[in-house]
Amino acid sequence: MARNPRPRFESWGRYPKLYADVVPLSWASDFPLKRPTPAPLLPVGAGRSYGDVCLLDGGTLLATRGLDRLLQFDPLTGVLRCEAGVTLAEILDFAVPRGFFLPVTPGTKYVTVGGAIANDIHGKNHHVAGTFGNHVIQFELVRSDGHHLLCSAERNSDWFSATIGGMGLTGLITWAEIRLRPIVSRKIKYQGDKFVGIEEFVALSRSSANSEYTVAWIDCVATGKNFARGIFMAGDHSEIAEPLVPSSEPWLTLPIDLPEFALNRLSIAAFNTLYYSKQQAKQKRALVDYEPFFYPLDQVLHWNRMYGKSGLLQFQCVIPWEGDQQGITQILKAITSSGLASFLAVIKVFGDVPSPGLMSFPKPGITLALDFPIREEVSFDLLDRLANITLDHGGRMYPAKDARMTAAQFQAFYPQWREFSRYIDPAFGSAFWKRVTNG
Amino acid sequence: MAKSQSDLPSRVLALGATSAIAIAVLRQLAVKGASFYLVARNGEKIDTVAADLRVRGASAVHTRVLDLDNTALHPQMLADSAAALGTIDLALIAHGVLGEQADAQTDYSHAEAVLRTNLLSPVSLITWLANYFEAAHKGTLAVISSVAGDRGRKSNYVYGASKGGLNVFLDGVRNRIDRSGVQVLTIKPGFVSTPMTAHLPQNALFAHPNAIADGILKAIAKRKDVVYVPAFWGLIMFVVRSVPGSIFKKMNM
Repeated sequence: MARNPRPRFESWGRYPKLYADVVPLSWASDFPLKRPTPAPLLPVGAGRSYGDVCLLDGGTLLATRGLDRLLQFDPLTGVLRCEAGVTLAEILDFAVPRGFFLPVTPGTKYVTVGGAIANDIHGKNHHVAGTFGNHVIQFELVRSDGHHLLCSAERNSDWFSATIGGMGLTGLITWAEIRLRPIVSRKIKYQGDKFVGIEEFVALSRSSANSEYTVAWIDCVATGKNFARGIFMAGDHSEIAEPLVPSSEPWLTLPIDLPEFALNRLSIAAFNTLYYSKQQAKQKRALVDYEPFFYPLDQVLHWNRMYGKSGLLQFQCVIPWEGDQQGITQILKAITSSGLASFLAVIKVFGDVPSPGLMSFPKPGITLALDFPIREEVSFDLLDRLANITLDHGGRMYPAKDARMTAAQFQAFYPQWREFSRYIDPAFGSAFWKRVTNG
Repeated sequence: MAKSQSDLPSRVLALGATSAIAIAVLRQLAVKGASFYLVARNGEKIDTVAADLRVRGASAVHTRVLDLDNTALHPQMLADSAAALGTIDLALIAHGVLGEQADAQTDYSHAEAVLRTNLLSPVSLITWLANYFEAAHKGTLAVISSVAGDRGRKSNYVYGASKGGLNVFLDGVRNRIDRSGVQVLTIKPGFVSTPMTAHLPQNALFAHPNAIADGILKAIAKRKDVVYVPAFWGLIMFVVRSVPGSIFKKMNM
């Protein structure tokens, strides 16, 4: 169905498959564009969000990876100013040998700073550090009319708030200043605890609240006495000084799309059982490098090809605390009974550090994230059911990991969307925004 | 005798310093603490590159905003750069334009502009630098040319002629000053993903500027004369050059 010869930019989920022009930006001054291009515009960084927040169905994607310069660094305070297309991997390459680490990192280091702000990403330290936006000091926002806005908590604070978690819709972020955190070692003091059931997971989260990083892998296939089994992982930066050598390159690229049948109920159940049994003791402690602790999947470039050409769907919700864990249990039950879950499922307790972002996803509660292979209708039906359970329990879903929520669901999750829409650049848009606002 | 990587040039003059390939080379040298004299046309871009190099570890960065088409200003600028750096270990000439072959075929002034930027401007710079390095009995003159200079093709022969002329000029300069201990390096990149080629459809042959920079720095360390980057272009261009003219002229390239 070659609708037109325009390139197809794929998000990490490789769904939906949409066509748009792509204009690479090499310099901050390249925007506003000098010559007319199809409307609307949308900045895109590394394309590591899963669904369609970084996509356009027609229009012009402003590819920001060329804006990859570091502009200023203070080795005393760890404040780094860099252009928006710099990736977190590039920041780590620069900062780790100098004794600094990212203040917040997601499960991949191959995202850009601009993308991290636009999706107000979170990581394993959300319960103590909040979101990425909590560590952004200021940034420059350029509007399509050529206006340059310097945004911080003090200056243009409404634009600061709208742009953090603003999904790239408020204008182009050209550079940002973030505060890094000091480290003395690459190592993480790791503790893994096996658990069975949500209550045990919550108890572990409570008792590990002093650990800087916590997350759990959860088996979304197992039923019966193994329902909601998993491994709770806690970590802290080692305080024993060690040489801060740079990271090595990833060792494997998945070169081809695996056939769609490669991931099926049996192969995933087998993986999960193996993974759960790999740690034999109830509790395990170790000193591990930060790379496998934070970025286990980055070791395989293009791991998304595992799902075959059709791609994958991500689902991530947060269900607020209401004294019990009914909502999250219902969601897990719906997933296990569907038999569609993959092995990449994580669950974590979000803390109560408020994000500066108007449209930020995280809020206090339990968050669950997992992928589904795309099986037309079956997967879509399940996602719709999960969205409704999330809604019933006062939760919300994460736009950066969504390709399916309806306009009604989105607007219930984010009632502030109308206020936010006043900050959208009139020349900007996205496939996601069109979908959730019936625009 | 091969120089080791720790022997990387530490005082670097970069002409066309905001080109994507130049930036990739300069960054690797900045990490080792090199000092720089950067010359480019656009003040905002040169400041951005200078900031990046400083943050990455450059010990000093001087900048000069200059349109390198203006050859009359070259001698003074080059003398200033040598004074600012103390001495020049490496001069990297990296500026160039792709031009529009279709325009150049019908409009001589367009062809002339391509030749001025890609050939006459480097010839002027190299004339001064060759004498400077010859007198110093050391140093590296590295010039970014192109595989397009190896054989004229109908799709880009004006650009190709500018680079081909540059290659021959560099061959001659090398023949003259190599014996003074000066390295004259002709760099022939294939397709590179840069702002200059952003409008072209990209395929698997396109390389990232970082890969090009690795090849250039290796060639400098090994004191090579000519380097194809990535290396597989050496083979491709050997084949392209080997096609008999009677056949080549009928091909669509």
